[in-house]
Amino acid sequence: MPFATLDSFARKSVRSVQDYATLSGRAISNLFRHPRYVSDIFTQADIIGVGSIPIVILTGFFTGAVLALQSAASLATFGATALTGTLVSLSMIKELGPVLTSLMISGRNASGMASELGSMVVTEQIDAMRALGTDPMKKLVVPRMVATVIMNFFLTIISDTVGILGGAWVAVQLLGQSGSQYFHNAYQSLRYPDVFQGLVKPVFFGFVIASVGCYFGMSTRGGTQGVGRSTTQAVVVASVLIIIIDFLISQFMIGIFGR
Amino acid sequence: MPTALQENATSRFQPKEGELPVVFEDVSIAFDQNEVLKDISFQVKHGETRLLLGPAGGGKSVLLKLANGLLRPDSGRIFIFGHEITAMHENEIFELRSSVGMVFQEGALFDSMNIRDNVGFQLMEHHVPDDEVDSRVEEALKFVELDKTMEKFPSQLSGGMRRRVAIARAIIAKPSLLLYDSPTGGLDPITSTNIIALTMKQRDVYHTSSILITHRLQDAFLLATHYFDRDKNTMVALPSGEADRDTSFMVLHEGRLVFDGSTHDLVHSDDPFLKEYLS
Repeated sequence: MPFATLDSFARKSVRSVQDYATLSGRAISNLFRHPRYVSDIFTQADIIGVGSIPIVILTGFFTGAVLALQSAASLATFGATALTGTLVSLSMIKELGPVLTSLMISGRNASGMASELGSMVVTEQIDAMRALGTDPMKKLVVPRMVATVIMNFFLTIISDTVGILGGAWVAVQLLGQSGSQYFHNAYQSLRYPDVFQGLVKPVFFGFVIASVGCYFGMSTRGGTQGVGRSTTQAVVVASVLIIIIDFLISQFMIGIFGR
Repeated sequence: MPTALQENATSRFQPKEGELPVVFEDVSIAFDQNEVLKDISFQVKHGETRLLLGPAGGGKSVLLKLANGLLRPDSGRIFIFGHEITAMHENEIFELRSSVGMVFQEGALFDSMNIRDNVGFQLMEHHVPDDEVDSRVEEALKFVELDKTMEKFPSQLSGGMRRRVAIARAIIAKPSLLLYDSPTGGLDPITSTNIIALTMKQRDVYHTSSILITHRLQDAFLLATHYFDRDKNTMVALPSGEADRDTSFMVLHEGRLVFDGSTHDLVHSDDPFLKEYLS
């Protein structure tokens, strides 16, 4: 790669990070400023949260089911199939519930936000909104962020619950294990730090999904092709960031709570 | 007289009495080291309509966005009703924009909202009661002769109708300054003439100061050589050789303002570029 290209790439990358940080910072500061678009938050919560329930239930259920199936086979080697419930509940609540739910929400909503806002940018609707005296950050970005953070939190709880039920279905129906033993182990193995970790992650992930989706949407350039590019980039960047942040939060939590 | 919308806003950023609607002082802006506007200076007086002409890509739309604070210049100062918007924070400019209406090139209507919500957007944002929003939207749509389209969506309207809705949206708050970005661009001649008649009506009935960009010379000269007859509700030609005194021209070429003057001066200019452009 020639030096000039490398130089402009580095400059562009740094500028993108700076623009993303600025957008996120402005969105957070606008949380405390008037006007507040409460009805827009409810509308977005309906689109992002309620609209995502079917995919979250399906993903959660079959993740729990396959986890039970795979772990029971491995645990059988050590004669510890009774711990299937422990393994499913810990895995779902600490890792798979938050991460998989957020990846699904990212695929569905980061792309939706990027394409919707991107279309508004290229058709000058964002400029029109500003020209009419309304701040698009307050009207469009903040409601999406608040709604995504809140709904991702509750969707993760749904995913965790359904995942444990999916594991139970496999353990009881397919593997012939005792249902009460499964649920007893699943419940007894959990400690507060596990639940805390599992509930903190979706808050951060929700913020990442909305901020990345809105950032790529608001920075769309180049017509319909640009909208397509922003949509793809939003999903890719949000997904990668979710996995990286998952690692960082996990390490931080293990450092504090020791598990 | 201030509108209800303007009374609702804080008085700090309302038009200052006696100040010119628009003043540009040595304004320059560049994108990616490409200088789009260079040292642009001009004024718009009260009730005056400035027609902005020039070849495509000459920076006309950029100039209009600068006038509304949608873009920030690299150098120079811009005053809107006495407020230096180049020194104002974005939040302060939002307040000032209740006095400025803007019509975008393609209308820029919100495609997820119906026409009622599009036109009444600014009023709804200021929590004007629903009944008043309905009556004001109806009034604005009557002005553009589209009062039967309240419940329709922008995608259900023709290009010309969308531009007229955009004009209704821009005038609903009774702004003191109107910025038209190629309101007739891409439209057939009959629809273009209808749109020009609406801008003329706004000029001659409400005496709103404005800047209007157009690529169509016939539209510009139609505005300069006709007036709107309120009683007949139509355009009427001024006597031969006369031009509207409140209408003047500006011509942008390669980022520079190459002409700023009256219709008479433009037509009789010896400048080779202007002669070629007008021919």
